[in-house]
Amino acid sequence: MTKRQKVLVLYLKFPSLEAEVISWATFDGTGKKLHMTGDSDEPPYPTGLDALLDGWRLFQSSQSIPEHPGQEFRTSYLKHEFFFEKIEEGDF
Amino acid sequence: MTKLLSTELMAEFANSGCLFFEGLIDEDINKEFLNDIGHTDIDDVDNIQHYFQNIKSSSSIPRIPAGTALKDAYPLNSPLEKIFKNEIVSGAINSLVGSKTVVDHQFLHLTFPSKYYEKANQRQMSQVNHQDSTIDPRTTFDIQLFYFPTAVTKEMGGTRYIPGTHLRIVNEMGIAKYQNIKGQKNIICKAGTIGIFHNGLWHGAGVNFSDDIRYMFKVRLQPTEKQELLWDPEKKYQPLPNRALYWTDETKDQTINDILMRSYPWQEADTNRLDKINVVKFWRLLTGHKKMDVDYWLTRIENELY
Repeated sequence: MTKRQKVLVLYLKFPSLEAEVISWATFDGTGKKLHMTGDSDEPPYPTGLDALLDGWRLFQSSQSIPEHPGQEFRTSYLKHEFFFEKIEEGDF
Repeated sequence: MTKLLSTELMAEFANSGCLFFEGLIDEDINKEFLNDIGHTDIDDVDNIQHYFQNIKSSSSIPRIPAGTALKDAYPLNSPLEKIFKNEIVSGAINSLVGSKTVVDHQFLHLTFPSKYYEKANQRQMSQVNHQDSTIDPRTTFDIQLFYFPTAVTKEMGGTRYIPGTHLRIVNEMGIAKYQNIKGQKNIICKAGTIGIFHNGLWHGAGVNFSDDIRYMFKVRLQPTEKQELLWDPEKKYQPLPNRALYWTDETKDQTINDILMRSYPWQEADTNRLDKINVVKFWRLLTGHKKMDVDYWLTRIENELY
């Protein structure tokens, strides 16, 4: 038996796990499923909290960084990023 | 003759970063284009590279040095010259980047069905989300015009795009980690469809799970003049007066301002407001009304009294 990591990245509407999922990515280290860009139009969970309730462990989230002076209205990457993992055991 | 865009379509472009003209190019020109590139029955295509090289060597699509005027770019009576002469295509181009626009680059994108990847023992993956073609903080904008010579079905993937992302300044594939974005769309369309993207719009090619090749011809066009009221040479556009906010009057008709202020499901609660502010700033540039506002977004923060 070996262990493999599955990673779920959720981008939320505001910086709290109760917020709605607006973007998502899944990477499956078990090799059971190949995820790729554009493969689903509906998020795997409605909110970040729902991912926790389904057993995903949060291991990283984005910091709140004040906007640079003079650049307050510049928009760029999605802001509220949360990385989750699940460890799966099996014969891979 | 050209048909310039309406103010409504310009507002749509300012807000969403894209416009589509479904099935605009007629079937004869689509066939002419496909014949010109040597489109053939899928069973006669044995190798991706060979097929592509054959198109490059035998089609009438010219090599265009970057910076060439669009009006001088394509051979007279070639299918592409006819497409760019179409009154709606030329009108949209003139409205957005002007009649003296130049070609940045062009490309014929081909997306092959699964069997070619299986044969080559390669993993068939969609293209990641990206923004063309490098970090671009200009207020001037280019357009990317897409032509689909055949119908594109859902199974064929279709170019994925995320409406409303065009004013976000990111660095090309720096957005590749966003595998799926709420509100993402794919271009599923009839043969002869023309799409126009603001150069900043986030997009990527979908996977082709059909049995046919998907074609998409793209050209990027750059303006050589200020993009102010190009669609409205008589300068008829006037900003609308302020309206009530939050405690609103639902009996009022929808206006241009409703198009400009449309939100998207992928926008964060906080940054969504900045997205709106940036659409208003973009609309100021397009209309030349440097103090105009929609829903007080800029007036509120420009009221600096100290």
